[in-house]
Amino acid sequence: MPDARITVPASVPRGKPFEVRVIVRHPMETGYRTDESGKSIPRNVIRSLTCRYNGEVVFSARLSSGIAANPYLRFFVTAKESGQLAFEWVDDAGARGTDGATLTVA
Amino acid sequence: MTKPGSRFCSRTLKPRRRWLQSGAALALLPWIPGHAAADELPQIPAMTAFLAGRKPVSERVRLTLPQLADNGQTVPMKVSVDGPFTPATRVTAINLFSEANPVPEMAQFDFPVYVERIEVESRVRLAASQKIVAVATLADGALLASAAEVIVTIAGCMDGT
Repeated sequence: MPDARITVPASVPRGKPFEVRVIVRHPMETGYRTDESGKSIPRNVIRSLTCRYNGEVVFSARLSSGIAANPYLRFFVTAKESGQLAFEWVDDAGARGTDGATLTVA
Repeated sequence: MTKPGSRFCSRTLKPRRRWLQSGAALALLPWIPGHAAADELPQIPAMTAFLAGRKPVSERVRLTLPQLADNGQTVPMKVSVDGPFTPATRVTAINLFSEANPVPEMAQFDFPVYVERIEVESRVRLAASQKIVAVATLADGALLASAAEVIVTIAGCMDGT
């Protein structure tokens, strides 16, 4: 299963937006490519990616083949309490991935 | 759409032709406005369906893409919406539409809770030179749009060879 790299600041001030960066390792196959034998490679992209902050959904994305391989996202979330950012994503093949980061709110 | 990106995939061209092609694109660059105003949004059927007759205004939202992308496989994209926002006028979603990709609905970003800074960065694939449109939806139903034009020298629809 593909994995991810999540970056959040070491410490964030309460009530302020903080930057979240995530890169998921995934080929984002468009479905338009062929392999060496000329057989077409089926489409397999991450359809949806959700970010939960202490259980609450704070950001989600619906992606397509128009997003580059190893999808990268950078967005902002409002700091409330120290806790967990949990990511979950699912691709066309039905494969699910999860990863998380720990956040310290000062 | 015919075969995706066939027109722009320069794979079959001789290297010298490819050089000439990218040179021509560079020469044209000063004449082409990098960022078109939203009142001249390109005609994208998927976007027209999404808008369903509603008229987006061309303010506060900014879509940033390079004017010239050497490689359509991975093109940095940034979209931001200027505040201030209130819970009643916060941004709930941003949709990205492509004029020339085989899949016109590139992405949708949802903001289910209030955040005062709306900024999303990603990397997109572009099948050909085209305009990209970002439409931001506010909680009160208002729509904001921004378009950016990108010249792509190597299409992102084929394999990397």
